[in-house]
Amino acid sequence: MKHIITLDTREMNEANGGCGECQTSCQSACKTSCGVANQKCENTAE
Amino acid sequence: MIHQYKLNGYNIVLDVFSGSVHVVDDLGYEVIALYEENTPEEIVKKLADRYPESEVRDCIDDVEELKAAGKLFTEDRFKPISFDFKKRSNVIKALCLHVAHTCNLNCSYCFASQGKYNGERAIMSFEVGKRALDFLVENSGKRRNLEVDFFGGEPLMNWQVVKDLVAYARSIEKEKNKNFRFTLTTNGVLVDDEVIDFANREMSNVVMSIDGRKEVHDRFRVDYAGRGSYDNIIPKFQKFAAARGDRSYYVRGTYTHLNTDFTEDLFHLADLGFTELSMEPVVTAPDDPVALTEEDFPKLCEQYEILAKDMLRRKKDGKPITFYHYMIDLSHGPCIYKRISGCGSGTEYLAVTPWGDLYPCHQFVGDEKYKMGDIWQGVTNTELRDEFKLTNVYARPDCENCWAKLYCSGGCAANAYHATGDIRGVYEYGCRLFKKRMECAIMMQVAENMPASEE
Repeated sequence: MKHIITLDTREMNEANGGCGECQTSCQSACKTSCGVANQKCENTAE
Repeated sequence: MIHQYKLNGYNIVLDVFSGSVHVVDDLGYEVIALYEENTPEEIVKKLADRYPESEVRDCIDDVEELKAAGKLFTEDRFKPISFDFKKRSNVIKALCLHVAHTCNLNCSYCFASQGKYNGERAIMSFEVGKRALDFLVENSGKRRNLEVDFFGGEPLMNWQVVKDLVAYARSIEKEKNKNFRFTLTTNGVLVDDEVIDFANREMSNVVMSIDGRKEVHDRFRVDYAGRGSYDNIIPKFQKFAAARGDRSYYVRGTYTHLNTDFTEDLFHLADLGFTELSMEPVVTAPDDPVALTEEDFPKLCEQYEILAKDMLRRKKDGKPITFYHYMIDLSHGPCIYKRISGCGSGTEYLAVTPWGDLYPCHQFVGDEKYKMGDIWQGVTNTELRDEFKLTNVYARPDCENCWAKLYCSGGCAANAYHATGDIRGVYEYGCRLFKKRMECAIMMQVAENMPASEE
């Protein structure tokens, strides 16, 4: 494509995820203004 | 839903419901902005004075190709999942253990009122802590990774109990098929070699509280005689951070109206040798003299841009620093369930007081109406738990049209409660800062993935 470059991103799909092995987002450092964007997926099966 | 913005020389387009990130040229930026409300013929006509028709049509073809591939203008198909959340399991996977409701510092801005949480000073006994760990294991279902944060007040004021609880957890994790991951959050006053050695063996993460420059840190972080703690804690934390090696740690500070130039604090911390940094905006009553104001907002946005650009420069120079809010993993980040459900407070994450009461998270401790139960009887206020289960991004009317909703997941329930009186409200100022941080974080990903066009 000449006008658009698309970065490689994780596909958001209802069929993937939900295992819950990831860190609770507030726990890691912020303790006040959490988001989830900086969390890593820890599903070893995916 | 899409979000378009320009930052650091890049034209960036986010497709909210696919999570796709696109970098586009100026024509692509304009075509995408016009696409939903105009036919191809209208787009060609509107851009005719600046772009040749063939170029515009090429670009429209690109947009349509991405749309067909589910990477642009994708529809929201996740709303139905969010309504099922009330039915989700009651598994608990993380506890914030308030091992010490007391502190050896007297920071005036402390949300926990110097560690007492508006109550009496208290220390968690080993028996209470042990029962809390058993409660966590009993309620963790098949989850293997369990997280426990030793929090306060100041947890090092109850250090022996912390060590005994870690030993107890290690003694049961094999039999129970669990992996405990401990975090220690400390003000540094009692850090010594023994603490460092133990933490490096047992703590997955250490959060070190420093606000930045000496004058900034010592403004709030003082002892009971009013003396600043900077000179005492910095050498200890430097030693601690250096000894962490490749283990995780964060230096975590708070900025206020009095240091809206907070990048100076982050760069000061970097100069001191700390590389893993987090800096949070203060959350306080609007009439507090240190509360962030509307006039501060543009300055703060500028600061976040300065930080992002400087981090790119540092990385290029081979001396990278990490900023907690700019960590984003586009290719292996959170799944959609995580993006909708958020921090898990009141459901999979609970806080435990020194005497064993359960609260949705550390920020609600001390507010009796948010008491959820205790570690002996479990969660007895199931109505409250259901309320928190549904405190997801789709339950917040203010989030409906927000492009950042699957990055923030609706934000912090405690901030929302303190700002609006409702855990399903939003802390609007915090939202705006969050969105700015996300724009910067994604711009950095773009810059790092497109080195040829980097400034």
